Amino acid sequence: MLTHPLTLITFIPLVGMVAILLCPRALTPMCKWVAALTTGLQLPIAVWIYAHFDSATSAIQMVERHQWIANYHVYYFLGIDGISVSMVLLTALICFISVFASFSITRAEKGYYALLMLLDTGMMGVFVALDFFLFYIFWEVMLLPMYFLIGIWGGPRREYAAIKFFLYTLLGSVLILLVMLALYYYGDAHTFDMTQLAARAGSYSLTFQRICWLALFVGFAIKIPAFPFHTWLPDAHVEAPTAISVILAGVLLKMGTYGILRVNYPILPAASHELAWIFLGLVGTINIVYGAMVAMAQTDYKKLIAYSSISHMGYVMLGIASFTAVGINGAVLQMFNHGTITAMLFILVGVIYDRAHHREIDGFGGLAQQMPIYAGMTGFAFFAGMGLPGLSAFISEVLVLIGAWQTHPLMTVFGAGTAILTAGYLLWCFQRIYLGPLNEKYSGLTDLTLREAFTLVPLAAIVLLLGWYPHAILGLIHTSLDHLNQVVVNAATSATVALR
Amino acid sequence: MLNPLPVAFIRWIVVLPLLGAAINFLAGAALQKRFGRTAISLVGCGVVVGSFVIAVGALAGMLQLAPAQRFMLDDLWRWFDVGPLRLDIALWLDPLSMLMVLIVTGVGGLIHIYSTAYMHDDPAYWRFFGWLNLFTFAMLTLVLADNLWLMFVGWEGVGLCSFALIGFWYRERSNTNAGNKAFIVNRVGDWAFVIALYALFSGLRAVGHPTLVIRELARYAPLIADHPGYLGMSLVTFVTLFLFLGATGKSAQIPLHVWLPDAMAGPTPVSALIHAATMVTAGIYMVSRLNFLFSMAPATLEVIALVGAATALFAATIGITQTDIKRVLAYSTISQLGYMFAALGVGAYDFAVFHLMTHAFFKACLFLGAGSVIHALGGEQDMRRMGGLRERLPITFWTFLAATLALCGVPPFAGFMSKDGIIWAAFSRGPLFIWALLLTGAGVTVFYMFRQVYMTFFGDFRGTHEQEHHLHEAPWPMASVLVILGTLSVVGGFVMLPKFVSDFAPFARFLDPVFTAPATHSLMATEFHAHLEVYFALLALAVVAVGWILADACYRTGSLDAASLSGFADGIFYRLSLNKYYVDELYDRAVVRPYLFATRALAWFDLRIIDGIVNLAATLTVFASWLSGLLDRYVVDGLVNLAADATLAAGGRLRRVQTGSVNAYLYGILAAVMLILVIRAMVRA
Amino acid sequence: MPAGLTLNHFVILSLALFLLGSICVLTRRNAIGILLGIELILNAANINYVAFAFFNPAAHYDGQVFAIFVIMLAAAEAVIGLAIVLAIYNHLRTIDVAANETLKG
Repeated sequence: MLTHPLTLITFIPLVGMVAILLCPRALTPMCKWVAALTTGLQLPIAVWIYAHFDSATSAIQMVERHQWIANYHVYYFLGIDGISVSMVLLTALICFISVFASFSITRAEKGYYALLMLLDTGMMGVFVALDFFLFYIFWEVMLLPMYFLIGIWGGPRREYAAIKFFLYTLLGSVLILLVMLALYYYGDAHTFDMTQLAARAGSYSLTFQRICWLALFVGFAIKIPAFPFHTWLPDAHVEAPTAISVILAGVLLKMGTYGILRVNYPILPAASHELAWIFLGLVGTINIVYGAMVAMAQTDYKKLIAYSSISHMGYVMLGIASFTAVGINGAVLQMFNHGTITAMLFILVGVIYDRAHHREIDGFGGLAQQMPIYAGMTGFAFFAGMGLPGLSAFISEVLVLIGAWQTHPLMTVFGAGTAILTAGYLLWCFQRIYLGPLNEKYSGLTDLTLREAFTLVPLAAIVLLLGWYPHAILGLIHTSLDHLNQVVVNAATSATVALR
Repeated sequence: MLNPLPVAFIRWIVVLPLLGAAINFLAGAALQKRFGRTAISLVGCGVVVGSFVIAVGALAGMLQLAPAQRFMLDDLWRWFDVGPLRLDIALWLDPLSMLMVLIVTGVGGLIHIYSTAYMHDDPAYWRFFGWLNLFTFAMLTLVLADNLWLMFVGWEGVGLCSFALIGFWYRERSNTNAGNKAFIVNRVGDWAFVIALYALFSGLRAVGHPTLVIRELARYAPLIADHPGYLGMSLVTFVTLFLFLGATGKSAQIPLHVWLPDAMAGPTPVSALIHAATMVTAGIYMVSRLNFLFSMAPATLEVIALVGAATALFAATIGITQTDIKRVLAYSTISQLGYMFAALGVGAYDFAVFHLMTHAFFKACLFLGAGSVIHALGGEQDMRRMGGLRERLPITFWTFLAATLALCGVPPFAGFMSKDGIIWAAFSRGPLFIWALLLTGAGVTVFYMFRQVYMTFFGDFRGTHEQEHHLHEAPWPMASVLVILGTLSVVGGFVMLPKFVSDFAPFARFLDPVFTAPATHSLMATEFHAHLEVYFALLALAVVAVGWILADACYRTGSLDAASLSGFADGIFYRLSLNKYYVDELYDRAVVRPYLFATRALAWFDLRIIDGIVNLAATLTVFASWLSGLLDRYVVDGLVNLAADATLAAGGRLRRVQTGSVNAYLYGILAAVMLILVIRAMVRA
Repeated sequence: MPAGLTLNHFVILSLALFLLGSICVLTRRNAIGILLGIELILNAANINYVAFAFFNPAAHYDGQVFAIFVIMLAAAEAVIGLAIVLAIYNHLRTIDVAANETLKG
């Protein structure tokens, strides 16, 4: 029986980081194993949380609440509900996988793994913090290691990419900070407690809500990333080392939509209902279509995947904007599925990059002949990305679109139609890299190593499992999400009543 | 109907092929290396035959039940339970799905056996059987699904397997292109399919019965009969139209037929199984499955009839000029699917399904026969380099001929029973031009099929000497399958005789419980004109005879010159047919190229404009900081430095005063005191 | 106090003394001479203090007090001055201020 599961899962990586930093120089090769052990401890805790989570209630669970800075009403307040529990699971999983995906890093391992662990703490913290101040701190904590991980261990244009990432995210953070302060000072009872902020949601004036909503939206949209704030992502992905891309796509992008569900929706429900259709629905649809079309024209394998990631995050936004239980559940499931599938895709790109040292799609050909297991795994991931039925993304995209049809049929038509475009660019890419006659230059390439297979197989298993038994996640999240959806819809109704 | 019999064996029909696929994909390469191809053959064929055996057992069990109770359900587990949407992974066996299961596992099993010989020399033997098994699994999921989403799982699953098998020989770029084309065109149909489901679910939700379970749909669909839909249509019309658009993708009807001829790039057994007997009939199956919904939308039925009939004739005319032995059959398949859709469109669901079954027999037989020819000729597919194979490949020839006669609708072959029924239904229930299109199509069919028979099996051999030397009859797994399918092409139609011959129609009786919507009972309706049917059958036969006479004259006796016929009207018709009416070119110009251009333009926009704005902002910031740096260095810092510099300069000058001589200081003091005094005095003054 | 002796007499005496002292300071090159001149100037100032204090009843004994201060200061100054002169002599073997321009800026 764990008494403080959330504190434990959040700060275990920090302990790992200290252990890595204290590692004597002679034992530097052990760093990766310390990291693996740390995340390997984190994963069972996540599973424990999964097993002990009570999905029948929308209340906050596993709460830990202690006063931290009394003068400013700041609390150390952790807790999870249906919105965050799947993200906690995803984070633990992706971090574990990404440690193993990092084994090919040889430069300054110690610093690398230390930063990775810090990043882990930051991400986990964002998902479990329920005090806005604490949330913000974790949000910023996550930013710093990411900057260095891209900026030091990245590709040739790493500095440009890292700075772009950093500045973009910082811009978002500033807006979030401002809203946090605005909410804190609103009314007489100053608080950073998100549950209390949400409880008094009815007292915020509509104008105040709108301004805060938009500022928060921009802050979170940068993270998603929503059109037109998305251009940092392809650069960051292209330059970042494989494991960092995996984390970036697998976990970091989810923070944008998670933030919207955690902050915008419960705390600013009336504004959410009013503004979501354009800023989440329309922008989400643009993301879906635009990302798919731009992906088609890419010549860099990793950039193509990055744009497909943008496209797929659009479904999350569209689902959130649907204001139906089905759509919003689909959106959160899509967050999880996107995490696993995109992680697979980036690992797969990394596999070929490690061997061929380039990522030009047209520079390969016929790899299926040379690396059949690798090609098979890529095919699996590609079809998962296309939302092939029987694999997890199908369920979530369908739920999103069923939900979205209720409120925005036209957007749904475009969202659903993009499945054609997605098939187009992924199949074309697959054909150019894996099919056709073997490019003689690569007749010496070896198939997947055991380590690489170890990073891919669990993800593939989850993708397959969730295609046939999505209840494993849906059962966990649906009570909280139904409740959240109801809150927003009710707030909108009462707002319209008040206007009359 | 709403309380189906719960059973637990249906799952095994589906699970067995899945198991086979899993074994072949995960361990196939090792098995093949260790135990040889026989192990793969045993697994690959064994699972499908196993499914077939279970299906036959199920049929026997089903026939024990009273007709109205022939519904069995195998509910496996809860799939989703989100908000109002509750769906199970559940398999539903009723007469219609029973029939489909038998076709899929029966014909499919035969084709599996055929493949053991046909693909024997392929190094990726295991992969082939893996995909074939997976296809069987997906197709069975499609037909057995108890709800529309599960059906869609199978629907896209067969598309995936089709993609993989078309591009099976992936080293050839053209094969993988064909695979991509098939998948993407199918996706267009799938898009329409899902849109229909969204709209349907939304409508049912509005009336308080949100469901996509087919048997519940049958009950609640009448509630949305008058529901307003979208684009000015009623909801039912909208839904059924989009479902039909989905069906045109899978079943290769105008306008989404373009993928099927290219799909012939796959190995021939694949063409037989997927692109003739089973997958392409999924659209027919879906429409007949949802007949209650379609019967509520007469406008959609008209569209279906028109598209089906038009496709039937359109594809047949293309078939006339093709020279690739498999492409002719591909267009023939499109054409025959058109007949089935025309039957659906006039509400003759049972005849559509009947033709689906007989077509599965004779078209599979034709494809496999063509495969035997290709096999004998070492991969040659061009009919212009064949000829005279009648003596060398007798089994192939006779089965091919039987299947051809069936396809042409010559009595008493299977095709006659089903096709004639369709043409008759079109006359008695539909608009006259539908019937005219179908009848013309029947004549054209005979022409291009006999053209194929004559070019392939008659005359002199036109291939190389080496090919002639290696000519051989098919090995026994192939030959026996050909014989079985050939026999079925002859006798397969006797389960439903024409009305004017006999009332013997157990096939229709068997399916009766499925086609419950009253307006669609085709047999009842035909009774109205029943006395005319025999004359129409004779008319159809006459058309067949005309087609055969022309083909005979052109390609066997040579009394008519085919070349001069093709020169008719400056060869314009010939070129149109040869180039498939330029539909591919049209799509290329109107859709593909503009789309590719748009993607490049957007990528440019993304890189130059959006990212350009970001970078411009960055550049501007850097410029601004440079400017403020200048300000800082030369103005703010300048002032500070100025003060320092001035002090320094002043100090340099003033230090001269410091002479070190006490006397000089004292004089200075004195002078200063004097000066002060003088100034004071002056001020006073 | 003898009659007819007015403030002016004292001021003139003081002025004379001051001038003598000043001339001594300005013209002497011998450091001790300069110190002597300074003593004269200080004493000129003392005379003025005492005289003005005497003739101004409102001033009580302020002038006298200041004069005593100045005498004390003069003593201190003489001590330090002579010590410096001695040190300079020890260092430079001369007490001629003109030869002594090492503090020149």
